[in-house]
Amino acid sequence: MLSDRDRIFTNLYGEHDWTLKGARARGDWDGTAELIAKGREWSVEEVKASGLRGRGGAGFPTGLKWSFMPKQSDGRPAYLVVNADEGEPGTCKDRDMMRWDPHKLVEGCLLACAAMGAGAAYIYVRGEFYNEARHLQHAIDEAYEAGLIGRDACGSGIDCDVFLHRGAGAYICGEETALIESLEGKKGQPRLKPPFPAMAGLYGCPTTVNNVETIAVVPSILRRGAAWFSSFGRSNNTGTKVFCISGHVNRPCNVEEAMSIPMKELIEKHAGGVRGGWDNLKAVIPGGSSTPILPKSICDEVLMDFDALRDVQSGLGTAAVIVMDRSTDVVRAIARLARFYAHESCGQCTPCREGTGWMMRVMERMASGRARVEEIDMLLDVSKEIEGHTICAHGDGSAWPIQGLIRHFRHEMEERILSYRNRAMAA
Amino acid sequence: MSGRAEAGGSFAFTAENLKTAKALVAKYPEGRQQSAVMPLLDLAQRQLGWTSPAVIEYVADFLDLPAIRVWEVASFYTMYYREPVGEYRLHVCTTTPCWLRGSDEVVRVCKEKTGLDFGETDAEGRFSLFEVECLGACVNAPILQVNDDYYEDLDAARTAALLDILAEGRPPPAGTLAERLNSAPEGGKTTLLEAELPC
Repeated sequence: MLSDRDRIFTNLYGEHDWTLKGARARGDWDGTAELIAKGREWSVEEVKASGLRGRGGAGFPTGLKWSFMPKQSDGRPAYLVVNADEGEPGTCKDRDMMRWDPHKLVEGCLLACAAMGAGAAYIYVRGEFYNEARHLQHAIDEAYEAGLIGRDACGSGIDCDVFLHRGAGAYICGEETALIESLEGKKGQPRLKPPFPAMAGLYGCPTTVNNVETIAVVPSILRRGAAWFSSFGRSNNTGTKVFCISGHVNRPCNVEEAMSIPMKELIEKHAGGVRGGWDNLKAVIPGGSSTPILPKSICDEVLMDFDALRDVQSGLGTAAVIVMDRSTDVVRAIARLARFYAHESCGQCTPCREGTGWMMRVMERMASGRARVEEIDMLLDVSKEIEGHTICAHGDGSAWPIQGLIRHFRHEMEERILSYRNRAMAA
Repeated sequence: MSGRAEAGGSFAFTAENLKTAKALVAKYPEGRQQSAVMPLLDLAQRQLGWTSPAVIEYVADFLDLPAIRVWEVASFYTMYYREPVGEYRLHVCTTTPCWLRGSDEVVRVCKEKTGLDFGETDAEGRFSLFEVECLGACVNAPILQVNDDYYEDLDAARTAALLDILAEGRPPPAGTLAERLNSAPEGGKTTLLEAELPC
C-alpha cells in the first residue's frame, strides 16, 4: 500500500486549512522559482521521465503532449487550459483537489506554463461546481496577492496569469476542443483535428489542455523527482492516482493509491468491500461511464492501470470505479448511461446525434424486455457504426458501455426478452 | 408559464454587477470579449433569477455581439433557466452512480413533497424541480443540488427532512448529510493517518 508520505493530496478530505497558509505548511509553493530556473527543457524531460499519463481519461503521456508546443514563439501567445469540467459519471476527484488543495493546481499551472512557454492558464470549471470554484478563485487571488503568479511570478522572471472560467452545464465541454470553443464563448461543439490545439487552440494560439489532476501532481513530480513518481505502479502506468469508488460498496470514497493496485484490494481496503461481500459482486465499471463494464470473473484479478484494463477490453479512464452487486439490473444501469450520452450529445455529427438517441430507445426496451433477441446484434452493429465515425470521442463513449454489456451480459438481455415474451403470451 | 409576460421587460446590470461584469470581461484578451458570454449570462441570471430574452439581448449589446451568438449559448447549456424558476431549485441527479445508491427514492420524495414533476415550478415560486445528469460527486451519491449547494449521501428520510427545512426558508450548510468527512470513507479514513506529513 502507498505510504502516507508518498501521497500527493494530503488534504484530500478537507481536514486542514486549504488556503495559502495551510498549503505552504503542506509544502506547496516551496522553492517554485528554483524549479522554474532549471528551464523548460528540464521540466518537460522530468515530466516525461516520470511516466505521467493524462489523468482526464485518455491517458496520453503528459510530457510528450507538452513537447508538442512550439519551442519558439511566432508572436502568438501560448496558453495552458486546465480541464476542470469533471462530469464523467462516477468521477469526482478533481472536485476534491479544487476545494481542498487548490494551491497544488495553481502552482501546477505556473510550472506547466513555464515548461511550455505559456503566458496564461485558463481553468475551465464545470458550472455546477460553484463552491469549488470559489475556493479555487480564492487560492488564485491569494497567489496573486503573494506574488506567486502574475508579473515575475515567484520572482522567477516569468509572467504568468491564471484565470478561472466557469462552464454552464454541458458534459461535452470536457472534450478538449469543445472546451476551447466554450471558453471562446460559443456552443461547446468539438472541432475537427488537425489542427491540434498545440498548433491552433484557444484564440487560434498554441494551447495545451490538461486535466486538473495532471496539473496538480506536477509540482510534486518536479520537487520530488521523476524517479520518485515512477517508482509507483507498473512500467508505462506509473505514479499515484486518485480513485473514486462509488456504487454498491460499504463505504464509497475517494482515495489516493499507487497505480496498478489490484481492483479487489482497492475496493476492499478503502471502500469497505462490496456490499454483502466480494462474492456478491456482479460487475464493475472500472474507469467512469465510458469504460466497458467488467464481470466479477475479471474483477477478481485485474489491476487498476491503463494497460491491464485495456487488455481486458476496458480502460482506466478517470479511475472512477462504479461497483454493482448482484441485486443490480445491469441492463437498466447501462440503459441509464445510454440516456446520459443521448442527453449530452452536442448534435454536431449525425452518427452521434441520431445514434445515441436510437441506442437510448433500444436500450430502454432492452431493459424492460420489449425487444427481439436479434435486436441485440443490431444494437451492437449500430454501436460500431457510431464508434470512430464522429468528430470527437463522445460517439465512442456512448458505444463502449453498450458493447461491454453485450460482451459480458448478453445472456441477461436475452433472458429479459424471453421472460417478457413469456409473460405477454401467458396474459 | 406566467413569467413569459416578463419576457418583454427590460434588463440592465445593477451598478455593482456592472463593475463585476467589466472585471469578468477583463479576464480575456483584447478583442476576445465573446469569451465573457457565459460569465455574464450567469451574472445576469443571478440578478434577475432567470435568463430572459431581455437578458440575452442586453448581454449581446454589452459585448457588442449579434444577439444570435448569445441566444445559441443560452440555449446550449443547461444551467441557464429560460423560464422563471423558484427560490429553491432542486436538481436531482439520477445518472447511474446516483441511481445505484437510491436516487429513485430521492426523486420520489422530491415529487411527493413538492407536488411537482420534473421541469415544473410551484405557483408560489418556492420550488422548482429538475432532473440532472451526473453532478460529479459520485462517492457521496445520491446527490441533490439546491441552488449552488450539493446535499450528499441522501436517502428518503434525509431528503424529506431537507425539504422541510428548505420550506421554512432555512437552507442547512451544504455537504454530506451522513456522519462522514467529505469524500472520506464513512466510519474513518484508511489513508492520511500519519500526524505529520511532508508535502
